[in-house]
Amino acid sequence: MTITVATARKHRKKNSLISALPWIGPAVALILLVVIWPAIELVKISFTKISLAGALGGFNGLQNFRDLFANPNLSVIALRTVIWVFLVVFLTVIISLPIAQLINQKFPGRKFVRWAMIVPWAASVVMTSIIWKWILDLSSGELNLTLTQLGIIHDDVDWLHDPRFSFYVLVFVAVFVSIPFTSFVLLAGLQSIPADLSEAASVDGATPWQIYRRIKFPLLRNSLAIATIINLINVFNSFPIIWAMTHGGPGYDTDTTTTFAYKMAFIEYNMGPSTALGAVNFFFILIIVGIYLRVTRAARIEA
Amino acid sequence: MSALKSSEVKVLKKKREFTPKKIAIMASAYLIAWFFVYPYINMLMTSLKPHGELYTAPTHHVPIHWKFTNYIEVWKHAPIAGFLKSSLIVSICATILVLLVSIPAAYYVARNRFRGRGFFLLLVLATQMFSPTALIIGIFREVKFFHGLNGYPALIVVNAGFNLAFAVWLLSGFFASVPVEIEEAAMVDGCSKFKALTKITLPVALPGIVTAVIFTFVSTWNEFTVALTVMSSLPKEPISVGITTFIGEYDVAWEYLFATTTIAIIPVVILFISIEKYLVGGLTAGSVK
Repeated sequence: MTITVATARKHRKKNSLISALPWIGPAVALILLVVIWPAIELVKISFTKISLAGALGGFNGLQNFRDLFANPNLSVIALRTVIWVFLVVFLTVIISLPIAQLINQKFPGRKFVRWAMIVPWAASVVMTSIIWKWILDLSSGELNLTLTQLGIIHDDVDWLHDPRFSFYVLVFVAVFVSIPFTSFVLLAGLQSIPADLSEAASVDGATPWQIYRRIKFPLLRNSLAIATIINLINVFNSFPIIWAMTHGGPGYDTDTTTTFAYKMAFIEYNMGPSTALGAVNFFFILIIVGIYLRVTRAARIEA
Repeated sequence: MSALKSSEVKVLKKKREFTPKKIAIMASAYLIAWFFVYPYINMLMTSLKPHGELYTAPTHHVPIHWKFTNYIEVWKHAPIAGFLKSSLIVSICATILVLLVSIPAAYYVARNRFRGRGFFLLLVLATQMFSPTALIIGIFREVKFFHGLNGYPALIVVNAGFNLAFAVWLLSGFFASVPVEIEEAAMVDGCSKFKALTKITLPVALPGIVTAVIFTFVSTWNEFTVALTVMSSLPKEPISVGITTFIGEYDVAWEYLFATTTIAIIPVVILFISIEKYLVGGLTAGSVK
C-alpha cells in the first residue's frame, strides 16, 4: 500500500470530496447500509424496551443491561469466553510459528503441503465442524476406534457431551481452522525477510536458533501482531463451530457470549438482554478494531 | 568458466542430497499436510460407504463396499439442487456487486488525493474487521425492516458489504502499480479516460480482479450466520445452512451429508488454491510488508 500513498502524493493538488463521490459513493453507501446501520440499530435497541416478539416500546434506560447482568449464567459464560479467546488464539499462534518456518524451507512437495494447508481455510467452517463431529462420534467415529485399537482407551469417550472434554474439543477445532490463515500470514512475513540477513549471521557463526530468535522473530513482529489481532476478532465472533458441534450445550456449558446472545435472541426469544449482550460484544470488538487500526497504521508508517 | 560450471554442478548435487535434516523437514511437513486434509479424506470415505457400514463395529477407514451411487441418490434424498442454486445465485450476485462497487473506489483511491481519503480507507479497513456475527441482531432487524427475510437480495447485499474491504484494498494496490503516465500517454493518443481505464489499467489489474472475484465468491459460499438467520424457508436456504437439515434427531444420513459437503467443498478449495499468492496481501490490508 506504500505505492498507493506514493502515487497519490505525486499529484499535488487535492481533490474535493464532492469530486470523489461518484467513485467512492457506492462503496460508502454499501458500508453505511450493511455495517453502520446494523451497528446503530443494535446499540439503539439495547436501550429500548422490546417485546418477546421483537416489537419496540419506548426508551428503557439500562433495564436491558440490568436484566442481562441478573442472568445467573452470564458470569460463567463471560469467563469461558475469555478462556476461549485466549486459549484458541495462543495455541493457534504458537503452533503456526513453527509451521510457517517449516513451509518456508525448500523441500520436494512443498507446493502440495501448502495446498493441503489451504483446504481447511477454503472449506466452510460449518462443514469442517460437522466432519469433526462425525470423527468424534461416540460409537462410529474414527477417533474412538483408533484410540481403542492403540489400546489407549477401553471405553468409548463421548467427546462432545462429556463436560470434561466438550469445551476442549471445540478449542481444538477452532485452532484447526485458524492455523492455516495464521501460518500463511506468518509465511508472508518470513518471505519478506531478506535472505542475506540470515546468511550474513550464519557466516558470523550464529546458530540457526540464534538466527531465528535474534533476526527473524523480531522482523516477524508486525505479521505476528496482525495475525494475532485478526484471530482475536475471528475467535471472539466464532459462531459456526460452536453452533454446529454443540449448540452451546449441554445447557449453556459450551456457550460463549456470541452464541449466548444468539441463543437468547433467536431461540429463547429473550430479546431485551440479548440486545444488551450484543451491544457489549460489539463494544469489545470496537476496542480490538481500534487496536488493529493503530497497529496497521504504525506498520504502514514504518514501511 | 569451467570452474563456475563445476561449482554449479556441486550446488545442484547438494540440492538433491537428502540430509537427515532435510528428511526430518520433509517428514514433519508431510505429516502436517496429512493432518490438515485428514478430516476431508474421512469425509470423502464416509460419503462412499453404504449406510449399514457406518454403524457396524469395528469401523473401517475405507469403505468395504464402495458405493458411488450415494452421489446420485443424494439429489433425491434432500433438496440439494435447491441449496446449490441458492448458494450460486447469492455468491455470483454478491461477487458482481462487490466488483461494481470496489473497482471505481479502488481506482480513485489509488490515483487521487482527496479530502476524506484517509477516513474512507480507515472506514474500509474497519469494515473488514467486523464480522456479520457481531452485528447479527442489528442485521436481522434491518432486513426485517426492509421486508427482506427469506429473500436473496438481503443476503447478497450483506455478503457484498462484508467482502468489499478485501477487494478495495487489493485492487487499489494493483491500480497503483500501473504508472499514471501510461494512461496519460493513451489519453494523448486520443483514448477517452474510460477507454484508458478499460484498455490499459484493468488488464494489468486482472490478477487482482480474479482474486477479488474468487475470494468474494468463496466467502459468500461459506457464509453461515447471516444465511441461518435471515433464510428460514427450506428450499431457498444456501448449502452452508441446508446441510444442517441432514442432521435429524436420532439418525443422521452421514453418507448423504458428506456427499453433499464434498460437492460443496472441492470446487472452492480448488478456487482458493488458485489465488494462494494474493490471499494474504488482501486479507491483511497491506499491513504485512
